[in-house]
Amino acid sequence: MKILVPVKRVVDANVKIRVKPDGTGIDFANVKMAMNPFDEISVEEALRIKEAGLATEVVVVSIGPDKAAETLRTGLAMGADRGILVKTDARIEPLAVAKLLKAVIAAEEPGLVILGKQAIDDDSNQTGQMLAALLGWPQATFASKIVLTDGGATVSREIDGGSETIALKLPAIVTTDLRLNEPRYASLPNIMKAKKKPLDETTPEALGVDVTPRLTVLGTVEPAGRTGGIKVASAAELVAKLKEAGAI
Amino acid sequence: MTTLIIAEHDDHSLNEATAKTLTAAKALGAPVDILVAGLHCRAVAEQAAQLDGVAKVLLADDEELAHRRAEPVAALIVSLADGYDAIVAPATASGKNVLPRVAALLDVMQVSEITKVISPTVFERPIYAGNAIETVESHDPKRVITVRIAAFPATGTGGNAPIETVGVPTDTGLSSWISADLSTSDRPELAGARIVVSGGRALGSAEKFNEVIAPLADQLKAAIGASRAAVDAGYAGNDLQVGQTGKVIAPDLYVAVGISGAIQHLAGMKDSKIIVAINKDPDAPIFQVADYGLVDDLFSAVPAFIAALKG
Ligand SMILES: Cc1cc2nc3c(=O)[nH]c(=O)nc-3n(C[C@H](O)[C@H](O)[C@H](O)COP(=O)(O)OP(=O)(O)OC[C@H]3O[C@@H](n4cnc5c(N)ncnc54)[C@H](O)[C@@H]3O)c2cc1C
Repeated sequence: MKILVPVKRVVDANVKIRVKPDGTGIDFANVKMAMNPFDEISVEEALRIKEAGLATEVVVVSIGPDKAAETLRTGLAMGADRGILVKTDARIEPLAVAKLLKAVIAAEEPGLVILGKQAIDDDSNQTGQMLAALLGWPQATFASKIVLTDGGATVSREIDGGSETIALKLPAIVTTDLRLNEPRYASLPNIMKAKKKPLDETTPEALGVDVTPRLTVLGTVEPAGRTGGIKVASAAELVAKLKEAGAI
Repeated sequence: MTTLIIAEHDDHSLNEATAKTLTAAKALGAPVDILVAGLHCRAVAEQAAQLDGVAKVLLADDEELAHRRAEPVAALIVSLADGYDAIVAPATASGKNVLPRVAALLDVMQVSEITKVISPTVFERPIYAGNAIETVESHDPKRVITVRIAAFPATGTGGNAPIETVGVPTDTGLSSWISADLSTSDRPELAGARIVVSGGRALGSAEKFNEVIAPLADQLKAAIGASRAAVDAGYAGNDLQVGQTGKVIAPDLYVAVGISGAIQHLAGMKDSKIIVAINKDPDAPIFQVADYGLVDDLFSAVPAFIAALKG
């Protein structure tokens, strides 16, 4: 079985982004980029399944500009076998990403697709569910445990109030949550090896997918700021202040 | 036309997230119907019918809808979609699971976690862990929207909407539910609580987390929350994680105990009315958003806080 893992290039999780003063978007100048953390968890899970002998190949795919190839190389350095770059400089919404992935899947025929539950840039939390819908496949979102069974997968999911376990027939879509695993770091030899691994390129046009955005971004602003208050000297003063403020 | 809300519930009671979603849905300016999908859930439909300003309640009560798996619920919503030009759900675990599936089946780009309705097609939503607010306009023939419930007040009761039963499409049988492991607690629910006490990595163990945080929460009649580090380490359940990738809340009072205040954590609580931070590091970023900061060791400060509360 082949596992497909879509990976997205995003602003590094440790960077505090700045909004451009003219309201036209985020300032990306000199900002450190990285693989979306949830996608690292997805790659890790796919590799563990392969290492357990339950999958034969892990293919990473990214949709984005030339530089998204770096994100694919990160996945290859972790241990994925092959990369596919769907090259575009356009702003691609989750629905279009799902359509592009569907087209890639038609050619690749994976038995399992593992995606991050959300990308930490647009925080949409949509792509996996949308892809499952377009393919008519079952979905298990927010996974904290994946066990492959004969022709299926048993997945524990993080939900409000705790967790639940569901069974899916394969092929299926799984989206990962934080507690699924701890992703490995790529070793230096593996980073070198990754440079030689196959990386194919295609485009939305070649895949026959219309990626025209459905949403227009009218503006981007910083949220109303919050300023720090005061330091209190003791627990007693804290309680007095809270009472004054009517909070308790 | 009309707006359809997907009710959040557990087959017994209607979750407050629904009444908050209703407030957002009403701002679209059209009549609002509520869909209650589940098993043996008529009682929920009756509660939904009492919300103020609901046109009608659709009740889909079927074995296949038990546990609200994404595939049958999405198929049900799509089967009803013709009559609606907006479909709205709370951005709960269930809403986030089901609604993008609906959106893709309708070939609509979902607008996720809106915090403000500007017009029936223009919305505000936070991106980058709430460090930027985007205003987006939808050009799709229908709108599919999830609502950040912390951003909207709940609509009250006083209505008496008719309840109509709707049929359920046959399930494809591609998924099945096996089991659930749900926490039971007499404390207020984190998502809607007026006061929240959250603990971080500094607690050091599940035992200490419980020993230190629970009595303070009891004293304040508060819900308990946690940072990702505390959840990852097993000090608290996953459903208690507050933050960008956990629950986003805006209680009247938020008490952060031994939490540093990472961007991702702030994303989940910085809209709280009053923030209290207890941290032994005077430079911890949490103090930059805290109204009242206490620089002290939490293991002595929290018991002192409880003692002072008892007065
Ligand atoms: C993709 C991604 C998603 C994430 N999502 C979330 C999320 O949703 N929610 C979230 O919370 N985090 C999230 N994080 C993690 C986040 O970046 C931080 O790592 C996390 O919030 C840190 O938790 P903490 O504050 O408990 O721990 P630390 O950062 O380790 O802070 C512990 C604090 O306790 C203080 N302390 C230590 N001992 C004592 C003592 N005895 N008394 C008083 N104070 C003491 C220290 O001074 C320190 O400030 C996410 C990260 C990533 C990459």
